[in-house]
Amino acid sequence: MKAEVKLDDLPLQDGEGRKPSAAPARRERAAHAGRRSLLFRLASLFRSKGTFAHGIHPAYHKETGSLPIRRLPFASHLVVPLAQHIGKPALCCVNVGQEVSRGEVIATADGRISLPVHAPATGVVEAIGLMPAASGKMEECITLRVYQADGQEVRVRKPRDVDAMNRQELLAAIQHTGLCGLGGATFPAHVKLDVPAEMGIDTLVVNGAECEPFLTCDHRIMVERTQDLMRGIRYAMRASGAPRAIIGIEDNKPDAIAAIAAALPDDGSISVQALETKYPQGAEDTLIYALLGREIPAGQRPAAVGALVNNVMTLAYLGRLLPAGEGLVERVLTVAGPAVESPGNYIVPIGTPLRFLLEQVGATSSAKEIILGGPMMGMTVSSLDVPVTKGTSGVLAFAAAATAGEAPRVYPCIGCGECVKVCPRFLNPAQLGLLSGKREYVEMAAQFNLDRCFECGCCSYVCPSHIPLVQQFRVAKAYNRKNPVT
Amino acid sequence: MSMELRTSPHLVSDRSVERIMKHVVLSLLPVCAFSVWQYGLSALALLLAVTATCLATERLFNRAADQPSTLGDWSATITGVLLALTLPPAFPLWMGAVAGFVAIAIGKVLFGGLGCNVFNPALIGRAFVQASFPAAITTWVPAFSAQRFTEFAPTTFTVPLMIPPDVADWVKQQAVDAFTGATPLARWKFENVTASAWDFLSGAVTASAGETSAILILAGGIYLAARKFMDWRITVAVLGSAALTAWLFQMVDPSHYPSPTFVLLSGGLMLGAVFMATDMATSPVTPLGVWIYGAVIGVVTVMIRYFGGLTEGVMYAILFANAMAPLIDKYTQPRVFGARQQGKKQ
Ligand code: SF4
Ligand code: SF4
Repeated sequence: MKAEVKLDDLPLQDGEGRKPSAAPARRERAAHAGRRSLLFRLASLFRSKGTFAHGIHPAYHKETGSLPIRRLPFASHLVVPLAQHIGKPALCCVNVGQEVSRGEVIATADGRISLPVHAPATGVVEAIGLMPAASGKMEECITLRVYQADGQEVRVRKPRDVDAMNRQELLAAIQHTGLCGLGGATFPAHVKLDVPAEMGIDTLVVNGAECEPFLTCDHRIMVERTQDLMRGIRYAMRASGAPRAIIGIEDNKPDAIAAIAAALPDDGSISVQALETKYPQGAEDTLIYALLGREIPAGQRPAAVGALVNNVMTLAYLGRLLPAGEGLVERVLTVAGPAVESPGNYIVPIGTPLRFLLEQVGATSSAKEIILGGPMMGMTVSSLDVPVTKGTSGVLAFAAAATAGEAPRVYPCIGCGECVKVCPRFLNPAQLGLLSGKREYVEMAAQFNLDRCFECGCCSYVCPSHIPLVQQFRVAKAYNRKNPVT
Repeated sequence: MSMELRTSPHLVSDRSVERIMKHVVLSLLPVCAFSVWQYGLSALALLLAVTATCLATERLFNRAADQPSTLGDWSATITGVLLALTLPPAFPLWMGAVAGFVAIAIGKVLFGGLGCNVFNPALIGRAFVQASFPAAITTWVPAFSAQRFTEFAPTTFTVPLMIPPDVADWVKQQAVDAFTGATPLARWKFENVTASAWDFLSGAVTASAGETSAILILAGGIYLAARKFMDWRITVAVLGSAALTAWLFQMVDPSHYPSPTFVLLSGGLMLGAVFMATDMATSPVTPLGVWIYGAVIGVVTVMIRYFGGLTEGVMYAILFANAMAPLIDKYTQPRVFGARQQGKKQ
C-alpha cells in the first residue's frame, strides 16, 4: 500500500501550466491512478477478493489441476521454429548433419528484441527449412533427429551467481535463457522487464489467474515449483526495479494460494491476493484493475499506471533457468479436452509435434478440433505436424460437438444486451456487430472503439443468437489495418 | 483425422434464442391459465385464435420470402399470447385474428423480422384494433360467471366484418354481483372510484385477461429474471418510476389522485412492465439506457392515465419508449474501460 499512497500525495498539475517534460505526464497518470484507487479502495471494503467489472463464468473444466506434472518421452523428431517469440526471428547457427547436445544454442538472438533458441534434445540436425507452423503458414524451422539412447540431460549449462550481477548483466543473462512470455504472449522476457527507470514501476504484478477454462499448467507450477517462482519474482523485481510484487490467483486454486502464502518472504515485499474466479481475470488490464484498482488508459501499456505484468510460468522458469545458466528447452503445458484419454500437465520438449503429443495422451479419433492455448482465445491448427513452441500453454482436443456444437443456428441480434453486460472493456458488441453486418468498419473504429476490443470472446460466448461477433471484429480490424483512414 | 478450423472463442454458453423465448412462453402459461379460469371458454378461444393467427402469419411470410420456418424461435408465440392477454376476454375472434395478423405483418415482418422490429409487435396489433374497433375493445364481460365453462360470450363468434352483438342482456343473465362493465381505471377516471388491492389480486375486477393476475405475472417475471432470461432492471425502473410519480401526485392532491398501489395494480402496467417493456429487440442495451427507458415508460403511463383522453396509457407509453430506444442507446454509450472520464471523446 505504501507505494500507492506516495502516488496519491503527488501534487496535481492544475494551474501549473504544462511543461514539456516527462513529469506532468507522470503526475497526470498518478492522479488518474489515485482517483481510481480511492473508488477501488472503497469497493474493497466490501469484498475480500479482487475482481473487475463484467466478464463471464464459463464451465471451467479444471479437472487436471489436481494431477501432478508428468514428463513425456521424446518424439523421434523435433521441429524447432526460429520465430517463437515476438520480435526478430533467431538466426540459425548450426548446419545440417551437425550433432547438437541438449541445451546448446542452435540459433542466436538477432538484436535486442529477439531471443536465442536452444536445442531441446541431443541429436543431429536433419533439416533446416520451411515447416508448417501454428499460424497456418510455413515458417523457418530446425528439424532435429533425437538420439533416443541418449540420457538427455542438459549438458550445456553455466551456473552463475545471479545476486552478484548488476542490472545490465541480469537483463543480458535473461535474454540468454531464451525466455519469453510463456502464457502465450511470447514477448521476450528481458525486453519486458527492461522498463526505463523514469517510468517508475512500483508493482510487479504476477499473473497466476489462469482464467482460461481447461488450462491448469500455471496452477501446477505454483504448487510444485513454488521456490522457483519466488526466486524468479525476486529476479524480475531486480531487473525491472519494482519495489513490490503482488501475485494474483483466482480463488478456484486454494492450494496454489496456500503454497505461495507459505513461501512468501518476511520483508513483505511480495504478497498474494485471491481473485474472483471469472474470465478474463488474467488479462493485463483486468488483472491490474482487480489487484491495484488502476485503469490502464486506452492504448497504453501497464507501465502507464506503474505496473508490470508477468505470468507465473515465465517467472518460475526464470527462477529455474537463470542461476543454472540454462536455456529454455522444454515447458509445462496442459493437454486436455473431451477427446483426450489421459489429460494432464506434461513437461514437453520444445519442438514436439502435436501428433506425437496427442498419441502419448491417447487422443481419440473423435478429436476434430485441436486448439493451441485456451478455448476462449486460443487458435485451432490445421495440421498435426505443427510443433509445441515456447508460447504453447495448452493443447486441447475437442470433438466437434463439445465446442461450438453442430453449428447452432445464427439468429439476428435480438438486442438482449448480454454482450454489453459482459464486455470487460465496456464496449457495445451488439452495436459493433450491427455495423459490421453493414460493413461500416471505419464507423466501428471511429464511434464505437473497435480498437479497444482485445478479442477475449466474452461477447460471442454469451450471445444467444450465436452471432460470431469476435470473428466479425477481427475482419473489421483487418480491413481497417489495410485501409487506414488518412 | 479431419481437422476443423475455427476462430476463438471455442466455447459457447448454453443460452440460445429458442431457450430464452421458450422460457418466456412458459412463464406466461400460469397467467393464461388464470385468465381461462376467470373467463372460461371465451378467453381460451381468444388465446388460441390470436396465437394461431400470429403463427400462421409468420409462416406465410416465411413462405413468401422463401425462407426456412422461423416458428421454432418461439417469438411469434410470445407475440400471440401477449396480444391475446391484452384484449377483452369476449373480444370477437375475427378481430383478434386481425390483431394477430397486424402484429406480425406490420409489427415484425415489415421491419425485417426477429430482432429488427422497432416496436413491440403485440402492442402494434393491439393499437391497431383499438383504433379500428373502439367499441369492441371496451366491451367487458364479468369474471367468474357461472356458465363460463359451458357457453361462449355472444360476441366471441361474431361473423367477420360484422358488428358484435350487444352483451348487456347476456351479462344480466350471468347474474354476477356488482358488474359495472367498466375497468377500474375507467371508473377511477370518470367516477373517481378506486378498486382495492384485494379486488385486483383476487381477479374480481373487470379487465382484459392479462390485467388481473399481478401475482402470477410478477412470479413469471421473477422466474425469468432469476434465470437471466429477462432484464429485471427495466421492470424495476417502470414500476418504480410509475409508483414514484403516482406518489408525488397523491401528495399534492390525495382526494383526486389514487394511491401508488392502485396505479401499479390497475390496467396493463404489470403485464407491460414484466413482459412487454422487457422485449429485448425494442429496449436499449446500455446499462444507463435501460433505466432511462424504464423510467420513461413509468412516467408516461401515469401521465396518460391522469391527463390523457384514454383511461390506459401503458401501451402508448411502451410504444413511445420503443421509438426512443435507439436514441437512448446512442446517448448512453458506456464509458470504455481505460478512457479518460473528463468527457473527452477519444
Ligand atoms: S471480444 Fe471484444 S467486444 Fe467482445 S467482450 Fe471481448 S473485448 Fe468486448
Ligand atoms: S448478445 Fe447477441 S443478441 Fe444479445 S445484444 Fe449482443 S449481439 Fe445482440
